[in-house]
Amino acid sequence: MAIFKDKKYFRVDLTRKPDESLWMRCKSCGELVFKRRVRENNNICPNCGAYFFLTARERLESLIDDGTFVDISKPIVADDPLGFSDTKPYPKRVEEAQEKTGLPSAIILGSATVTEIPVVIGVMEFQFIGGSMGSVMGEQICHGMEEAIRRRVPFVLVSSSGGARVQEGIFSLMQMAKVATVRTRLAEEGIPFISIMTYPTTGGVLASIASLGDVIIAEKGATIGFAGRRVIRDTIAEELPENFQTDAFALAHGAIDRVVPREELKNELGRLLSLFVEAG
Amino acid sequence: MSDEQTLDLLEAKIKELRELNKIDGIDLSAEIARLEEKLIALRKELYSHLSEWERVKLARHPDRPYALDYIRMIFEDFYELHGDRLSGDDPAIVAGLARLDGTTVAVIGEQKGRSMEENKLRNFGMPRPQGYRKARRIMRLAERFSFPVITLIDTPGAYPGLAAEENNVGEAIAVNLETMAQLRTPIISTVIGEGGSGGAIAIASPTLFSSAARPG
Repeated sequence: MAIFKDKKYFRVDLTRKPDESLWMRCKSCGELVFKRRVRENNNICPNCGAYFFLTARERLESLIDDGTFVDISKPIVADDPLGFSDTKPYPKRVEEAQEKTGLPSAIILGSATVTEIPVVIGVMEFQFIGGSMGSVMGEQICHGMEEAIRRRVPFVLVSSSGGARVQEGIFSLMQMAKVATVRTRLAEEGIPFISIMTYPTTGGVLASIASLGDVIIAEKGATIGFAGRRVIRDTIAEELPENFQTDAFALAHGAIDRVVPREELKNELGRLLSLFVEAG
Repeated sequence: MSDEQTLDLLEAKIKELRELNKIDGIDLSAEIARLEEKLIALRKELYSHLSEWERVKLARHPDRPYALDYIRMIFEDFYELHGDRLSGDDPAIVAGLARLDGTTVAVIGEQKGRSMEENKLRNFGMPRPQGYRKARRIMRLAERFSFPVITLIDTPGAYPGLAAEENNVGEAIAVNLETMAQLRTPIISTVIGEGGSGGAIAIASPTLFSSAARPG
């Protein structure tokens, strides 16, 4: 039974032009804002400072030095090992996600530099079936860590995921164990792993690779938690605190090292990496 | 008048004379030199005959530099890390990575507060289990990347509280001792104020001369 297939694979193209319409309305303050200004401002509302969603491409561009990205992902896409179908067959769901995002899977993986420090970086795409981790993402993350070891450079992973991909069932669950196993090799080799949690970092991704960073940074506004708020509330029949599973909640409960505003994320990552890299 | 006040008075007098010396062109340098000599002698006398309690008071003096003051003065690029990854983050222990003469080191320090507000946050420098577990996590991180560990000790003791017992503070301290005994990277510990009880030994290098910390 195959869990990958290799057709319909395409490389990530960072030059793809974004949506050309000029204006958008901020959901937070209701103001009409000029799209280009929003983009130039890291997708932060120039009027009220609210964060708009970043695609994996935009996130990648916001963190790395211009023009340094090289796609190093494996040429694989998801197969349908369980013959799974809910409201639509799983292969169709994957196909639609590929069309919507222009990505072969829910993760971008490549080499790049961050403030001139070479890294291997993976960025999850939430719009690709909720950024869920199936066989392909698991394999790409492991491949990224192995490349980081081979190149002797830090591994950076930006999570934005609802968790394990339910449509691949047990194969998704296995990825959690797989990425955790390969992560131990990074540790043995003394290769730093910086985990960046963004909105949202939940379920099986939080319960595996995202929580295993040598240093864990959360973007301001990230949702961080294992079981969903609704599931917990319906199970224990209790109201949950207002700040439940927020960035502040995670910081107060020791789950993460720091909360960083989006506009400072790149510099902060660079500062942190320099402490690891120049030490050797 | 306390001896400390006498010292302050002498210091003020010397400062005053120095100012006068500048303004009037009168030569007071002989007088200044005499007073300075007296000040040094008095200070030496005072601090060489301290009673035990006076020593403790000196160790707890609010004008002493605290861990974050030392970190600011000694290190560059301090990058603070938070949390024990288990249940909380304890502000009574600060920890992170920093540079010392270009070398990356891990720094762990017990942190007191100066104002009431600060002390509420820092819990008067009395760490909770979460603080010790954060310290342990940073030690292991340092070991992984061969960063030396520098610890700054300044605590009246571990926080005696219900939650601390519920979270097994005894285990937190014990495992830190085990961790430091095994750690494959150097640990240098300095008592910068007071080192009370298990609360101090929990981040103290096994080679730290134990008389610096007293059993509580």
